Amino acid sequence: MSRYRSPAIRRYTIRLAILMAAYLVTLFAAVRLLRSHMVEGPAAYALAILPALPVIGVFWAVMRLLIEEPDEYLRKLLVRQVMIATGFCLTVMTILEFLRNFDLLSSDSGGFGAIFYWFVGIAIGAIYNRITAGSVDGGC
Amino acid sequence: MENCLKALRATREWSQSDLAQRLGVSRQSVNAIETGKYDPSLPLAFRIAEVFGLSIEAIFESPTRG
Repeated sequence: MSRYRSPAIRRYTIRLAILMAAYLVTLFAAVRLLRSHMVEGPAAYALAILPALPVIGVFWAVMRLLIEEPDEYLRKLLVRQVMIATGFCLTVMTILEFLRNFDLLSSDSGGFGAIFYWFVGIAIGAIYNRITAGSVDGGC
Repeated sequence: MENCLKALRATREWSQSDLAQRLGVSRQSVNAIETGKYDPSLPLAFRIAEVFGLSIEAIFESPTRG
């Protein structure tokens, strides 16, 4: 049985691999240079933002996949997955914000920001799709 | 939406993958349409009808007519 892989999914996989590699490189560089105080001033701000750019790129890659995927049913499942992720992320972030506002939770997020919860939501969305629609090739 | 896609496919001895290839969609799409989990768009419904050489109404049952 042939596994469905549209050119859009292939492009998405390549984009994701490049962006993840860029994320690891920029994160490693930022942590190393900023922790050792080798960069200061405006350059430090630029360096701190640098690892965020590939992550933003992942959002772009997912949205491009939604536009480029020719299979309408898979597109519907992807949209549902992204909506579950966004809903989950906003819910968690809202709860955490209120807990922090009332000083019931430390303001230190421990590195787990919106991005982390969005990707957890993507995983939940994939599981939900798998349960309700069976195995789906080419998920995010 | 009720349809006779599975029966039509069986008469031609096509697997879901065979039909998916002819339609240019995934096997999951064919399965979802066959089981009524997903209603195809009008362009895809036309493509399905063209593959079987039938009209859309001959394949899909109108949900309003019952």
